Amino acid sequence: MCCLTGTVKITTDVDSLRSEIRDKSVRVIDVRRESDYKQDHISTAVNLPLANLLSDDSPERVLKLVNSMGIDDETSVVVYDDTFGALASRVAWTLEYLGHSDVTLLESTYSHWKSLGLENDSDTPEIQSKEHSMKLKSDILATSDYLETAKTRDDVILIDNRERLNFLEQHIPGAISLPYRTLASDDKILRSKEDMKRLLDNRGIAGDSEIITYCGSVGTLSGLAYYALKSAGLSNAKLYVRSFKEWKNLQKPTQKQEDASYWDLSAE
Amino acid sequence: MTISDLKQSPSDSVKSKINWSRIEEADDFANTVKLFRQGKYDEDSFRRYRLQHGAYGTRMTSDYAMVRIKLPAGEIYPDQIEKISQLSEQYSIGSGHFSTRENIQLHWVILEDVSEIFRGLAEVGLTSREACGNSVRNVMCSPLSGVCPDEEFDATPYALATAKFFLRNPMAQNLPRKFKFNFTCCEKHGMVRMVDVGLIPQIREIDGTAQKGFKIFLGGGLGNKSFVGHQLEEFTPEEDLLYTSIAVMRIFDRMGDRKNLARNRMRYLVNDMGWDKFQNLVLKERAVVRATQSVITKLKVDHTPDIIKRPIRISDEDGGETTPDGYARWLKTNTVKQTQEDYRSVFLTLEAGDITASQLRGLADIIRNFSSEGKGRSGFSQNIALRYVHEDDLTRLYSKLLEIGLAKSGALTMTAPIGCSGTTSCNLALTNSHRLAKEIQRKFLELKLDEDDDLSDSSIKISGCPNSCGQHGIATLGFFGGGGRVGKYMYANYQMSIGGRSDGDTMLGQTLLRVPAKRVIPVILKIIEIFKANKKPDDTLKSWINRVVNGNEDSEIKSIVDIKKILEPLIIPPTMDEDPDFYLDYGSDSSYHTKTGKGECAA
Repeated sequence: MCCLTGTVKITTDVDSLRSEIRDKSVRVIDVRRESDYKQDHISTAVNLPLANLLSDDSPERVLKLVNSMGIDDETSVVVYDDTFGALASRVAWTLEYLGHSDVTLLESTYSHWKSLGLENDSDTPEIQSKEHSMKLKSDILATSDYLETAKTRDDVILIDNRERLNFLEQHIPGAISLPYRTLASDDKILRSKEDMKRLLDNRGIAGDSEIITYCGSVGTLSGLAYYALKSAGLSNAKLYVRSFKEWKNLQKPTQKQEDASYWDLSAE
Repeated sequence: MTISDLKQSPSDSVKSKINWSRIEEADDFANTVKLFRQGKYDEDSFRRYRLQHGAYGTRMTSDYAMVRIKLPAGEIYPDQIEKISQLSEQYSIGSGHFSTRENIQLHWVILEDVSEIFRGLAEVGLTSREACGNSVRNVMCSPLSGVCPDEEFDATPYALATAKFFLRNPMAQNLPRKFKFNFTCCEKHGMVRMVDVGLIPQIREIDGTAQKGFKIFLGGGLGNKSFVGHQLEEFTPEEDLLYTSIAVMRIFDRMGDRKNLARNRMRYLVNDMGWDKFQNLVLKERAVVRATQSVITKLKVDHTPDIIKRPIRISDEDGGETTPDGYARWLKTNTVKQTQEDYRSVFLTLEAGDITASQLRGLADIIRNFSSEGKGRSGFSQNIALRYVHEDDLTRLYSKLLEIGLAKSGALTMTAPIGCSGTTSCNLALTNSHRLAKEIQRKFLELKLDEDDDLSDSSIKISGCPNSCGQHGIATLGFFGGGGRVGKYMYANYQMSIGGRSDGDTMLGQTLLRVPAKRVIPVILKIIEIFKANKKPDDTLKSWINRVVNGNEDSEIKSIVDIKKILEPLIIPPTMDEDPDFYLDYGSDSSYHTKTGKGECAA
């Protein structure tokens, strides 16, 4: 993994992961629920259910979790889920925030992996604990305070990754809508780099702007968007990890698309 | 091959033979939007360009568009449905919307994403090109063409050939106004006398041989002012179909009003000129066209018959032996027998045309597994039909539809009202006609009115403004939206008309009275009550109302004035204190006020 050339690896393809597993050169994290994990999972994967992480995602606790999964600063980590990559993204971002640089997302979901008939089992691997350092990468985190001042700047783009109707109903002033479904392709959690660049470029999301993503509550959908941006070469991205739920609780200003009854167009 | 290259694609899926798309239009649109945002195109030119490509404006904002995807002749294939499902989740609101003119619309799309939708559509051969603007709009065909017991032959290949001929054709890029073709199956299913060019297939014996041709109606149309079309001649042989179409469009192109955009549909030209004169012009122009067109200018009608193959069931795990609840009701109100023995066409009940992304995905699978022609047909009333469903497969189909919430009854009855998009997305709308249609449907299904044979051939159609996208003029009970006022308070108020129809006896509804939005349901129920009290044994609501509006009714209800008198007490507005809800339109929790932006129908 090399950042010097400017190309950052965001996802790991299925074939590479298989050979890394064979070479025992990777730590695979399954972020699905424990019951799903116990049924079957990618061979050698450890389980870190997202809910478990979110119960306390302070750096101190995350460090403990990382150590217990046998991850040190040099360990190559691949994260996967079965929720179009959003949960995996949130976990990967948390590791990155802790200071772990070599973390990528599996390019597809576990269902897809299984549908291809690839290696899976129900064994829980024996893990030897390791020591990871803590060098918080605070420049990938946006807090509500930070966001409030940042969004007055011209060179900051704020992206809302919730579904369109939720966006129309209420959003952080100045945000643009990029629903999470837009980020994927048919069988990959992220579209190809070229497709992603074209989509973002059409929307004026390009260049050196600082980009902040948010979603409904815990930074999953927007976590995926964070990686989508990076995959398109837009590395100056931050995740507003507490997202719209916190923003609303803090009673900060919101914006709404007025004078239209768009909800009545939905067939839900 | 590495294993990750494996793709699962259903192999036995029928695909469209026609590719309506041009991928280069996606790039062109993306670039044009950029130039427009940079101020290098003026608003007006850009709007025309956008509309030409099928992207319509959205209520109170220039950030969003509605993309209208054409389904020529109403045909839609499983892979196309899946793609539209995906596009609706990516770029729209997670639902698609079947229109009254066999389009599927994606609303609240960010203008900058429209080109991405074009790209996706191109993957499955669909386009929205010329779905809006001053061009030949989607060419419709009856959803029953090819299976209707009353038709003389299947008009579908002619509808497709006509669509193909005019799409991107230079002669149809800047007409004075939009131009619509409707093909149908028979007089009963109609919809040909309320459109610019309407066509009914018919066969004539000429010199001992059967000759295919059409009954052609010209100059009809619904709008702020509606007109019924005129029949051009007794019989138009098929080889004259294209010449006639070209002749009519050339006259309209030359003589249509390019200044007064509010009344420049061809029907106004026909009306102003008088039918005899217009008819004469068309016949003369056709002679000129016939004499001057190249021999290669012809409709390329593909007569290859579709393969009808009953799908092999993947799994019969649900047995199909037990009949699920509601099946008989659904069978009666949603299916029709086809000409072809043992087959039925099945219409799905949607709410004012809306369907979720996951329902679309489910529908694609259901079509593959149950339609022996392997495709769907969008209908005349914001719905979709599966045809060639074998009688023996109907209970299983019903079970599958239940699983995805598409098994509601009443599709072919009065309980499936049409409601245009109204204030949910349209700039011109004054009321939430869309939600009103849904409210009526929910209430009437709850009352099981779909099972009442007296009501089944009637229709309810609602527009959110006088411009008739909801086709209120041809409804048994039609409504168009406006505002009413009590002192300083406003409320949503509908102008109601009755007796409209679009079959062989097409006529426009007659104005009855204004009905506040929140009184529409009680007023309709009251009309049903009056009808029941005065009907003759064989009457349906439609036939009874027809007698009333034509002054031929001999019960105590002699005319619409008598109906009006009975209804008047129901429409008296309460005070704000008595009933604050009266002053809210459906789907809104803030006080009603009429608010509109600029329309783009006449751009």
